[in-house]
Amino acid sequence: MKIHEYQAKELLKRYGIPIQDGVTIVDPAQADAAVDQVNKELGAGQYVIKAQVHAGGRGKGGGVKFSTDRASALENIRNILGMTLVTHQTGAEGRLVKKVMVAQALDIKQEFYAAITLDRTKGMDVFMVSSEGGVEIEEVARTSPEKIVKEAVLPGFGLRSFQARNLVLALGLEGEAARQAVGMFQKLYTLYRELDCSIVEINPLVVTEQGDLIALDAKINFDDNALYLHPDVAEMRDLDEEDPAEVEAGKYNLNYIKLDGTVGCMVNGAGLAMSTMDIIKQRGGSPANFLDVGGGANVETVKNGFRIILSDENVKAVLINIFGGIVRCDRIANGIIEAVKELDLNVPVVVRLAGTNADIAKELLANSGVSIISADSFEDAANKVVEAAGS
Amino acid sequence: MAILANKGSRIIVQGITGSEGSFHASQCLEYGGNVVGGVTPGKGGQTALEGAVPVFNSCAEARTETGANVSLIFVPPAFAADAIMEAAAAGIELIVCITEGIPIAQMVEVKAFVEKTGSRFIGPNCPGILTPDEAKVGIMPGFIAQKGSVGVISKSGTLTYEAVHQLCSEGLGQSTCIGIGGDPIIGTTMKELLEMFEADPETEAIVMIGEIGGSMEIEAAQYARENVSKPIIGFIAGQTAPPGRRMGHAGAIVSGADESAAAKKKLMAECGIHVVESPAEIGRTVKAVLQ
Repeated sequence: MKIHEYQAKELLKRYGIPIQDGVTIVDPAQADAAVDQVNKELGAGQYVIKAQVHAGGRGKGGGVKFSTDRASALENIRNILGMTLVTHQTGAEGRLVKKVMVAQALDIKQEFYAAITLDRTKGMDVFMVSSEGGVEIEEVARTSPEKIVKEAVLPGFGLRSFQARNLVLALGLEGEAARQAVGMFQKLYTLYRELDCSIVEINPLVVTEQGDLIALDAKINFDDNALYLHPDVAEMRDLDEEDPAEVEAGKYNLNYIKLDGTVGCMVNGAGLAMSTMDIIKQRGGSPANFLDVGGGANVETVKNGFRIILSDENVKAVLINIFGGIVRCDRIANGIIEAVKELDLNVPVVVRLAGTNADIAKELLANSGVSIISADSFEDAANKVVEAAGS
Repeated sequence: MAILANKGSRIIVQGITGSEGSFHASQCLEYGGNVVGGVTPGKGGQTALEGAVPVFNSCAEARTETGANVSLIFVPPAFAADAIMEAAAAGIELIVCITEGIPIAQMVEVKAFVEKTGSRFIGPNCPGILTPDEAKVGIMPGFIAQKGSVGVISKSGTLTYEAVHQLCSEGLGQSTCIGIGGDPIIGTTMKELLEMFEADPETEAIVMIGEIGGSMEIEAAQYARENVSKPIIGFIAGQTAPPGRRMGHAGAIVSGADESAAAKKKLMAECGIHVVESPAEIGRTVKAVLQ
């Protein structure tokens, strides 16, 4: 799960990590009060207006603006709030900005990068820092990987002081800022571990002209498997930032991801679902979605799956590919027949059922009187659905 | 021979009194697997599977009483990490965890713990192990497989069934099929299983089914180049998956260029693996390679 910058900063604050603070608003009518509050409470005379969306590259897309005075701050708030922000992470359609953070502008002397995530290969968390702050870390990794310094955290031991010192030394920090950084890095790891984060990224982490170490931006993602342990974090989820069909699918325990093709897919199992998308593409079609109906597919899941797939107007045909292991194909077939009758489908449906009771299922479909294109194999199914979609 | 599970496996099921646990335990028993008991804390002294096997309070007790050497875990996600460590601490040689949704940070600690004990751990969030005609330690449907000489390693569930189905259609049986799971942290990697299949006289070829995300397929391929003489047929699911999106499995997410399907397939091919482009061609490719 992702959260906004302002929410990530609230969590950093809770763990005693200094942040660039501000006030987040949803309505232009709150602009005056927000600027006043940042001015009075934080003593700021200059401001940074920051779009709050779940996507990186906000600055380049025009979603972060520096304002030297109150009037320009108000103007920037009006411009950013309600704009459609396009960045390399939002896709061409962009993202509507519904919240902005009015933050204090700081005098920055140095910028760094700091992040914690899981190293899957090592099976350990890894704390990474770089002297190249404020730029995309992927770019640094490509062009000058030696500028990224890492410390692996031994499971159960946390980030030890010497490791934090190693990171601080690698950044070339000295004096008061170095002392602050050792404590900050350890607090950051504690936050990451206690809240079951999948990534914590501070980019940039800055040293101000006054010599203070401050998190200027913050990105935190969480392990979905662990959200049940953190109800307060789970409440930070912003459904406005997610695709409505994906949110709807989640309610029925369906795993749906919308894509931009024309062939809807309903499959049991994530690997088979991905493979089904792949083969559609290879046969000249384009998948409209990923949909894993999971292990316990039944009449209800099939119906809900259809509803969600067909909420996408681009869908020209649907492929159902189910390999029945524990799930019995005859039950799935009945579910499909019932769903097709009830939902009054107006697109061709290709069905491929294999595994437990597949023969009985085929007979059921053939005798049902509903218009379904039956397929014998994975390959046959892909060919038929691509043809049916007319692509 | 085969690998990991065979006629000699003595299986206990942790969570045997739950609905998933009891259903699948009875399926394993029916397949001919030697299920010797179950573990549910607080329910020791009862029996499960209609009186067929005893239930114990702990893994240690179950092992002492039954001589179990394999544990199959169906415990709910909030308690599964503890269950895996309990089995490892009790000296169970092979631990297979089916449970989906265990917090990843807990799995990081579990993996480190299990490595200290020397137990072999498969999963979590996987379909388990099937050695045709010998033993089923997991949830794979037994009827789809037949005994033979192709070893199958896969991150997926139903895609494994699909591959096994294709192999059988070509008249090719399997030595052992293993679903290793699609989570970011798993017990046994592809590389380790390649090593085991290479050493298994019954296995003549290996099917390796991976997916986007992580670098396990790359490590396995690099290992195979130097160390595996048997032919490997590889497939990577997720060529059409958009970067940055989690495709069902917690681990199936492209977070860097080298985690994409294209990058993995390229490197696998460079390491001498027969890379299958279409998921419908797995069986036919194995047949062609073996001829």
